[in-house]
Amino acid sequence: MAVITREDIIKPENLVYKRTSLLVDCALSYCPGCGHGTAHRMLMEVIEEMGIQSKTIGVAPVGCSVLAYEFLDIDVQQAAHGRAPALATAIKRLMPEKYVFTYQGDGDLAAIGTAETIHACNRGENFVIIFINNGIYGMTGGQMAPTTLPHMRASTCPYGRDTETMGNPLKITELVATLPGTCYVTRQAVHTPGNVRKTKKALRKAFEYSYAKKGVSLVEIVSNCNSGWKMTPVQSNKWMEENMFPYYPLGDIKVPAAE
Amino acid sequence: MKELRLMKGNEAIAEAAIRAGADGYFGYPITPQSEILEYLMAEKPYETTGMVVLQAESEVAAINMVYGGASCGKKCWTSSSSPGISLKQEGISYMAGSELPGIIVNVVRGGPGLGTIQPSQADYFQATKGGGHGDYRLLVLAPASVQEMADFIPLGFDLAFKYRNPVMILTDGVIGQMMEKVELPEFTPRWTEEEIVKMSGDWATTGKTPDRERNIISSLILDSAKQEKHVKKLELKYKAMEADEVRYETFQCEDAEYLLVAFGSTARICQKSVDIARAKGIKVGLLRPITLYPFPTIPIHELASQVKGMLVVEMNLGQMVEDVRLAVNGKVQVEHFGRCGGMIPNPDEIVKNLVSKIIGG
Amino acid sequence: MTEEIIIAGFGGQGVLSMGKILAYSGIMQNKEVSWMPSYGPEMRGGTANVTVIVSDERISSPVLNKYDTAIILNQQSMDKFECSVKAGGYLIYDGNGITRHPDRKDINIYRIDAADEASKMGMTKVFNMLVLGGYLKLKPIVSGEFIHKGLEKSLPKRHHGMIPENEKAVEIGKDLIYPIHVL
Repeated sequence: MAVITREDIIKPENLVYKRTSLLVDCALSYCPGCGHGTAHRMLMEVIEEMGIQSKTIGVAPVGCSVLAYEFLDIDVQQAAHGRAPALATAIKRLMPEKYVFTYQGDGDLAAIGTAETIHACNRGENFVIIFINNGIYGMTGGQMAPTTLPHMRASTCPYGRDTETMGNPLKITELVATLPGTCYVTRQAVHTPGNVRKTKKALRKAFEYSYAKKGVSLVEIVSNCNSGWKMTPVQSNKWMEENMFPYYPLGDIKVPAAE
Repeated sequence: MKELRLMKGNEAIAEAAIRAGADGYFGYPITPQSEILEYLMAEKPYETTGMVVLQAESEVAAINMVYGGASCGKKCWTSSSSPGISLKQEGISYMAGSELPGIIVNVVRGGPGLGTIQPSQADYFQATKGGGHGDYRLLVLAPASVQEMADFIPLGFDLAFKYRNPVMILTDGVIGQMMEKVELPEFTPRWTEEEIVKMSGDWATTGKTPDRERNIISSLILDSAKQEKHVKKLELKYKAMEADEVRYETFQCEDAEYLLVAFGSTARICQKSVDIARAKGIKVGLLRPITLYPFPTIPIHELASQVKGMLVVEMNLGQMVEDVRLAVNGKVQVEHFGRCGGMIPNPDEIVKNLVSKIIGG
Repeated sequence: MTEEIIIAGFGGQGVLSMGKILAYSGIMQNKEVSWMPSYGPEMRGGTANVTVIVSDERISSPVLNKYDTAIILNQQSMDKFECSVKAGGYLIYDGNGITRHPDRKDINIYRIDAADEASKMGMTKVFNMLVLGGYLKLKPIVSGEFIHKGLEKSLPKRHHGMIPENEKAVEIGKDLIYPIHVL
């Protein structure tokens, strides 16, 4: 029997998929199984396919994706906790010919940065907000987030989120969809190939709409946090489908009037 | 030809920014400096020079907009008054950490807390000793006239970009609200995108082109050894500022036996006190620090060999007096006379305090 | 020459604008000037005052506690500033609403009933210019030509049609002022 070597397989004609050149060739700082890596890849594939690397400025948040700038081969500014939409406002206003996006988690966007998020959306700033919602503060070690589900456990609600005293999960995506300044608001996921493809399409639309000066486009990606939720990656995706999706249903919430 | 106008300090600083080719102003209303945003909105520079003017949702958002703009190599600035400057401290610290140029104007009012809207110099510590978290310094300019309000905007941008460090213009309600004759500088065009790339392309986020590595603006350095190296690098900038950027003015110091030390509006009042005291035969001079950081330590130290005592006059409970005492290092008596809570010292009471606290009588 | 003036009255009496016109006129005549107002919400319906300095030399303190001239337009300001006039200085006041008249013997005191005259003549909008005229009669620190230029500079263009009425008021004011106590 002929032995097939590694060299026999790695040939250009056998290539069916590769890492986008706009993702830096290094190990991601995310936990294995986390959705951030996939979201990064979709984002950079869109930027590569649109040919806008030199025209794109990203803004990284505080949270798990604080180090996003290490992985994205574009110019990136790292913002203080919650302030990414303020930075993006100034960047886009001062350089209107650029594509500008923020990449933010739930604590960053929906707790400490609520004011910046809502007012940037209300002013109709022409940038993209990518919102990763996993219902928990991952980086600081699993504390309660504004989007933590009722009765869901976190290190600062070890007996589960008590909505009587801790409030209900904030559906900030639905909230900003009511503002005239947003043009495209959608909720996606990246845990299955089908969802990944939909997310990528949504990201591309978001970039196109914001460049066409239609206002804020917000793409929420409901994601898992297997470490914070204390599950295996597979369990966490199942738990997400069963618990997160009913509360945060996937699909477009707002699309531009022309469509 | 330069243009002569009667303007409020707040208006002069706004007009000067338009003329200095500023790219963006981001602010939030607060007394006694709301005229700055009002003036800019009325002048509509976005239709002439292309300068962006935006009323932000908060002081926090405004300073972070300055951060965003400065990261692109743009000339950006903001203004506020004391309570609002406290809110901006987060962004100021991040700007210092990320080595971003920009101007923050503080038209100081009395505090602590909501305090009063009347003038004060109680934010001296906050301005000169850091203000936000971490090891950093701002270059602090203290104008004493409406003319200097206008002049310190182009100077501030020059220094901010020279050192890639935020500059604070520390003024107060007296200078902000008063009108004086001001010679406005001629218009300097805003930098073009090409000029920015040429000047700041090695660090600013102008869009990654194939000819260079990506530019990242961040103050996050998790590796302690690298963070220390970064802070030491910042320290070198501060040392360079201390060597090259000290600015001060002396008034009737040649034969002075006593010295008043005051900054900003209080220094103006002290000039009158010098005249009053000299009419009474008291040989007193005045030293006015123009840069509060870097502080004119050496000239004050040298005057300590000449005079018999110094009175530091401030609209606070005694802040700059600590820096004067460090400069004098025990050589002569240094006392403080302060009014606070929005009260302004008058020229006569300064002379009285000089006599009672320093000269003896 | 250095003239240090406080103008004090109610918000709405044109105290700040009178000071501004005087200051701008001074600039037009190549003088150094400063204009330092009281500011903030206490001015809304309350008292307003402005310190104006006109000088041939560089101005030191824009904030003063003694004045060459005090122009006083209500009782609260009389209570506050009568004692702030330098010995030998001038106090000019409008008698309207004054319940306690000034009684210092070491200063010159003049009265101008500008509020009454302004309402009689239907010139309430230029009340402050009547007062300015009275002041300029005693202290002609800027000439009429420069008052005209000062008005042009300090009034918005849309109000330039009112300049003649303002100048007329300045002239009338000069005849309205009369001495109460002169050193």
